[in-house]
Amino acid sequence: MSSKPRRIAGPFNRVEGDLEVQLEVEGDRVARAWVVSPLYRGFEQILQGKPALDALVYVPRICGICSVAQSVASATALANLSGVAPPVNGQLASNLILANENLADHLTHFYLFFMPDFARATYQQEPWYGAVAARFQAVAGTATRDVLPARAQFLHLMGLLAGKWPHSLALQPGGTTRAIDSSDRTRMLGILFGFRQFLERVLFGDSLENIAALSSVTALQNWCAQWPPQHSDFRQFLELAEQLHLHKLGRAQDRFMSYGVYSDAADRSRTLFDAGVFDGKQGLLLPLDQSDIVEDVSHSWMQNQPQAAHPYDGVTQPSLDNSDAYSWCKSPRWQGQSMEVGALARQLVNRHPLMVDLVAESGGNVRNRIVARLLEIALVVMEMESWAGALQPKEPFCNQLPLPEEGRGFGMMEAARGSLGHWLSVKRGRIANYQIIAPTTWNFSPRDAGGQPGALELALEQAPLRADEIDNMEKDPVAVQHIVRSFDPCMVCTVH
Amino acid sequence: MVTDTVNLLWLQSGGCGGCSMSLLAAEAPDLVTTLKAAGINLLWHPSLSEACGGELLSLLQRIVAGEQRLDIFCLEGAVIQGPNGSGLFHKLARSERPMRDWIDDLCRAATHVVAVGNCAAYGGITAAGGNPSEACGLQYSEKSCGGLLGGEFLAAGGLPVVNIAGCPTHPNWVTDTLSQLAAGELGLEQLDGFERPRSYTDHLVHHGCPRNEYYEYKASAEKPSDLGCMMEHMGCIGTQAHADCNTRLWNGAGSCLRGGYPCINCTAPDFHEPGHSFTLTPKVAGIPVGLPTDMPKAWFVALSALAKAATPDRLRRNALVDHIEIAPQTKGEPSLENRLRGKHKK
Repeated sequence: MSSKPRRIAGPFNRVEGDLEVQLEVEGDRVARAWVVSPLYRGFEQILQGKPALDALVYVPRICGICSVAQSVASATALANLSGVAPPVNGQLASNLILANENLADHLTHFYLFFMPDFARATYQQEPWYGAVAARFQAVAGTATRDVLPARAQFLHLMGLLAGKWPHSLALQPGGTTRAIDSSDRTRMLGILFGFRQFLERVLFGDSLENIAALSSVTALQNWCAQWPPQHSDFRQFLELAEQLHLHKLGRAQDRFMSYGVYSDAADRSRTLFDAGVFDGKQGLLLPLDQSDIVEDVSHSWMQNQPQAAHPYDGVTQPSLDNSDAYSWCKSPRWQGQSMEVGALARQLVNRHPLMVDLVAESGGNVRNRIVARLLEIALVVMEMESWAGALQPKEPFCNQLPLPEEGRGFGMMEAARGSLGHWLSVKRGRIANYQIIAPTTWNFSPRDAGGQPGALELALEQAPLRADEIDNMEKDPVAVQHIVRSFDPCMVCTVH
Repeated sequence: MVTDTVNLLWLQSGGCGGCSMSLLAAEAPDLVTTLKAAGINLLWHPSLSEACGGELLSLLQRIVAGEQRLDIFCLEGAVIQGPNGSGLFHKLARSERPMRDWIDDLCRAATHVVAVGNCAAYGGITAAGGNPSEACGLQYSEKSCGGLLGGEFLAAGGLPVVNIAGCPTHPNWVTDTLSQLAAGELGLEQLDGFERPRSYTDHLVHHGCPRNEYYEYKASAEKPSDLGCMMEHMGCIGTQAHADCNTRLWNGAGSCLRGGYPCINCTAPDFHEPGHSFTLTPKVAGIPVGLPTDMPKAWFVALSALAKAATPDRLRRNALVDHIEIAPQTKGEPSLENRLRGKHKK
């Protein structure tokens, strides 16, 4: 542990849950950072001894913004334990429900969580400030008024497919509980069309197809130059990114991971977005095996363990006795390395040419994380339209589930914020162990036994402080805020 | 229009943030419009406000010092007391102080205190299992009065903690309650025995359930996605659950029952520990244990036996499949198929 005085940033809002960041500042730069997850609730302890299927009630309640993702991970783990697979309709409906949450989260992140920081008074002297503040100021900006109704209407898909959001029990290991008839399907297509219109008119100022087809840095620059920044919110963001050099902010290890997501309904061994690891420094794509994942607790307020453990063998026993600890979060590692997860990682592993080109040029950074999220909205809405169209009324949605009394299973998938995995073992029908590694557990992990920082800890190094921030401890440096929020952190999932 | 501004502060502790996420989906009107119409000024909300870090801390300090008026304090998420009563499982970032102590101070500074969701009200899911974080509600621990503030607590405005129960809360349960508080229209008589707003807890989830006809004839579902009543086998307790979920729908046209899964009574103070598997109905001698509370058991059993004997084939069949196989018929209804066949013959 360093003995230099640390500057404290936080509590952060416009992230899910509570977050503190400790900074060692040298001159006008952050030299080192420590990420503190300050809340422990103990879901892995709560789940022990529960009937296996009751996990489907508890785990979505880990998080109100990744609720469906937690359900899908749990249902997948239970399906893995039992060997059941959903019918085609069940897979399509599950994809639609998950995509509905993931995209609503991307939208919420961009408009409500991330952009309002550019309306801060610290930017008042910038030439772009007036238009950006009028549009994106927290609560009062015109964007909030536009986005809340669009988001609420988009979530009507949840009403049809999952009963409600968050915290649905519609996602089962064998499929989904709500069979869709032809009039439901018609209505879903109408909701999707309405959402597409909103995106094309307000967010992109262009068709989804044209956004999805952007294939290089040059193509993006040319697209951006076609209209002035006020033409659409995406252009406005790209203009800001240019002005504020957001592509030079918040670079982490450039090691990206995705578990893959949205199974093909006809061939469940395939996913829309691939699983894998992308080493950005070498430009290498590597296969991913879940047995290479461990969690280390050397810097967590957890009972000491001799070595990092695979989640099947993971133990969650909180303890304040560890003097090296500074977070309730554990440190997950893949082949011993900390990883960055999220939409950027997903699109890199899936080799989207725009993201591959952007990262080849400037690495993982604030701008590229945002571009990947917005690109993903365009890509996935088009898929949702085809999934909805492929639903077959009167065909089954849910298969029966013979759940064994003993055994173990895992479920790995992609939430909006990145890779989410559940590992459970069952004895006499009850949960013997349940371990969860959430996306922000990866991104906001504390250091491990070897001193290796998590993705955000590294991304904050070299973050600049503005002149009026250096001596004002009450003001959290705005660059730090941009970097933190570029990960779209979910702190309630992180520790759970 | 209300002319005086009502200041509202919203904090989160041991919960999932799901009640906020649900609230952001408020419709007709949207959340920002609703707050404006009610004259509510958001001093701070974790998902919406600009202020961060030290800016928030100094706001909280000003409120506690009496320098900033706080009309409504909303807490989402349970109060975390562990480990060993220290509250250290949730220290508010930067403050070196348990969130519990901040919550306690703010409750005493506010005119009205609102617990949003079951965690803040009763401990909720966070208090499930062995309650590893020693979570409790503001004025309750599950069904027992007490919690953080004690059973005798009254906020400065004269009301106990208003418990907008639910997991999550429906957006309009929250917006209606906040608007009524802001307008000075919410009195003790509008709260039930667990201090939940009667505007929605005077109803039962059973009211408006689209499976009512299956219930009447005890035509029961046996597996997920079946259309039948889920009370007999699948753990549904909508007949006892205090909420208007099937008359005030979710996300447009949804509810748990409409989504094909049972009501787990998430507005009840102890719903998180039912003592049995959530989605399996516990039975004694083949009869479900949990029957409607205000009906003599013998009558229920007798009526059910009669109803079962009279179940139309249509319901018996449809109850066990995921789409309607036999549609209801009207006497003398002409067959469209026959008519068209006749037409083609001509």
